[in-house]
Amino acid sequence: MTLLRNRNILIGAALTAVFAILALVSFVYTPYDVTGVDIANRLKKPLSEGYLLGTDHFGRDILSMIMVGARTSIAVALVAVGIGITLGVPLGLAAAANKGSLTDELIMRSNDLVFAFPSLVIAILITAIFGPSALNAIIAIGIFNIPVFARLTRGAALSLWQRDYILSARVAGKGPARISIEHILPNVTNLLIVQGTIQFSLGILAEAGLSYVGLGAQPPIPSWGRMLAESQTMISFAPHMALFPGLAIVFTVLGLNLMGDGLRDIFDPRIRRGKT
Amino acid sequence: MTLLTIRDLHLSIHDTEILHGISLTVDAGQIVGVIGESGSGKSMTAYCTTQLLPNGSHTTGAITLDGTDILSASESTMCALRGNDISMVFQEPMTALNPVKTIGDQVAETILIHEPDTPKTDAMKRAAEALERAELPNDRFPLTRFPHEMSGGQRQRVVIAMAIALRPKLLIADEPTTALDVTTQAEILTLLTRLVREDGMGLMMITHDLAVVSGMADHIHIMQHGRIVEHGPADTLFQTMRHPYSKALLAASAHVPDRDAPDTETPLLTVQNVTRDYTLPRKTLFGKPGTFRAVDDVSFTIQRGESLGLVGESGCGKSTLTRAILGLEQIQGGEILMSGEPVFAGKKPNRAVRRKMQVVFQDPYGSFNPRHRVSRLVSEPFHLLDTAPTDRADRIAEALRSVGLSPDDAEKYPHEFSGGQRQRIAIARALIIKPELIILDEAVSALDVSIRAQILDLLAELSDTYGLTYLFISHDLSVVRSITDRVLVMKAGKIVEQGATDQVFDTPHHGYTQNLINAAPQLPDDVRTLI
Repeated sequence: MTLLRNRNILIGAALTAVFAILALVSFVYTPYDVTGVDIANRLKKPLSEGYLLGTDHFGRDILSMIMVGARTSIAVALVAVGIGITLGVPLGLAAAANKGSLTDELIMRSNDLVFAFPSLVIAILITAIFGPSALNAIIAIGIFNIPVFARLTRGAALSLWQRDYILSARVAGKGPARISIEHILPNVTNLLIVQGTIQFSLGILAEAGLSYVGLGAQPPIPSWGRMLAESQTMISFAPHMALFPGLAIVFTVLGLNLMGDGLRDIFDPRIRRGKT
Repeated sequence: MTLLTIRDLHLSIHDTEILHGISLTVDAGQIVGVIGESGSGKSMTAYCTTQLLPNGSHTTGAITLDGTDILSASESTMCALRGNDISMVFQEPMTALNPVKTIGDQVAETILIHEPDTPKTDAMKRAAEALERAELPNDRFPLTRFPHEMSGGQRQRVVIAMAIALRPKLLIADEPTTALDVTTQAEILTLLTRLVREDGMGLMMITHDLAVVSGMADHIHIMQHGRIVEHGPADTLFQTMRHPYSKALLAASAHVPDRDAPDTETPLLTVQNVTRDYTLPRKTLFGKPGTFRAVDDVSFTIQRGESLGLVGESGCGKSTLTRAILGLEQIQGGEILMSGEPVFAGKKPNRAVRRKMQVVFQDPYGSFNPRHRVSRLVSEPFHLLDTAPTDRADRIAEALRSVGLSPDDAEKYPHEFSGGQRQRIAIARALIIKPELIILDEAVSALDVSIRAQILDLLAELSDTYGLTYLFISHDLSVVRSITDRVLVMKAGKIVEQGATDQVFDTPHHGYTQNLINAAPQLPDDVRTLI
């Protein structure tokens, strides 16, 4: 199978799977309680007895926190991408079906409006107004996923609308909505999967960024971004506190991006090489 | 003098043998036609000659060009040869040129690659000469033109200019006129012939169309399944050929299906003074947008049971007219009536009328959603019925059977079928709701001649069984002539001539019709009598 022959996908999927499994396992088991403060065991070095990745300044186990943090990151990014797809794709399909109409202009110009602002700044604004929480972070990141998917869908759908099989569906009396769902949507799914993977990694980065400035998930819920922020003042004598959440972010994002690139190689006919 | 010799050439790609011992020669100043249907290996023979082969290719045999052994030549030697000694002209002029470079730069590029020391101004001067020789005079087509500012035929001339800029010894033309209109095709063929005779260049002309080469080639090779099955001088080949495939090919290219004459005189579709305008983009911010009249005051009637041809070159408005008839586009003036009822009732297309017509498109690869199974594809027109039929599976099976496919094919995906089979599926889709009128929009233009003959027979048979009426839209005059009773000739949105097919073809009145008929490549008269 082509999926398994692509090295990018294999490496990417393996990295992503590691963190997904850590997140899932954290529901039933973590080495220590992540809310428990244990001052006696604070700032343990990695590989010290009982603590694989060491402890932080409150004596909390870093491995446990990374496991639960993975849960937060993945949940926030997943829901945000979900918002982007469920709202963006129908908007893109509608814009393509009514190309050049007022609807099209309205949808695409609102997209431009959202695109015009740096996403993190607006996310900070939203969380500043509605208060910092994981939910608001999801909404803020989700809003910025909408135009990405709307634009992608519209672009791909426009070229599909020129196909003869769309014309014959129209001859069969099918309306634009029905054609969009029956004929256009299945043919843009490939692109959506690829873009979804990449947006997912961007979502994880955005969540880490928001948590880093204190606007994401609130204590005591562990989050990779806040772990980084808290480690900052202790970086000179406890570098492991920054190292592990940092690596977690790097590897998850890298894994998802590799997977996205690999999927694109397979799905995108424009760069597909060899046998077609 | 022998320029190119191919001797016992075998080509295999990933252990599949594609060519099984091809031998042919091209002399300087000679035009050699290589004819075959898709998959016969004719293009692969050309790629072997230029060594532009896909990965995993393995060749044995010998190819010598003017003393150079090509099969053993290194890639750098080949790079020096390509463009300099061997050049190629491809089928699709729309994609063969780089859209962001001017035509002058593109022609000069060939010169600069092979003679890097040439000053830019000299290269441009030689590019201008090459374009001049390809009949693009510099006062009308300055070097600063971009490809998108030119028509298909003009672009093909630029491609030819690039190919001949360095006066190559051998030119390989791979279906150079297949994508062009008839009149443009005739001009390009004359141009190629002239260049060959003037420069003493060898030309290997690869095509699927017997008529195209019969008029210009000196020597013809007919290929099938990677073998040359028949070859000989063009003057005598048709008389002397004995291989069953070449005979079948010749018969297929002039095939006339048997049809019953239409018996009724009741009008089925009436098109009255129809006009269709397109709004052009605004030129200035507040200026009024202009309009382009694609269909201009067109009127005609199709009688029940007859087959009407609509002939015209690209851009003449025939596709727009088709869409208007199908109710896919609103018209700005006139009326389209299907057995007395308007196709457009108010703003909405009339479903009761739409049910009576279906369409088959040109491209057998683009007309199916690749993600649906045949059963779903074929049954799509059921959507036009008010209630879904209860015997859906039976009707799908019947439609597939009537086009010569098996009902078991319903569970397959379109990519599992060949081009000809897909066109049968497209016809099945059109047939399934038992329409009265089927519009065939270039429905056989993309098919090989032998497949085309089969599809034409199928259409004739179906029209006799189901009493179908056809509107046959095509740029291919020989096809229109073989299957239609009456023909309309369209030019720039207007019908310039109409009448009984034989009458229009034998004694065309309008100048444009005469041009079209003269430009269409034809087999020599003495050959046509052989069939």
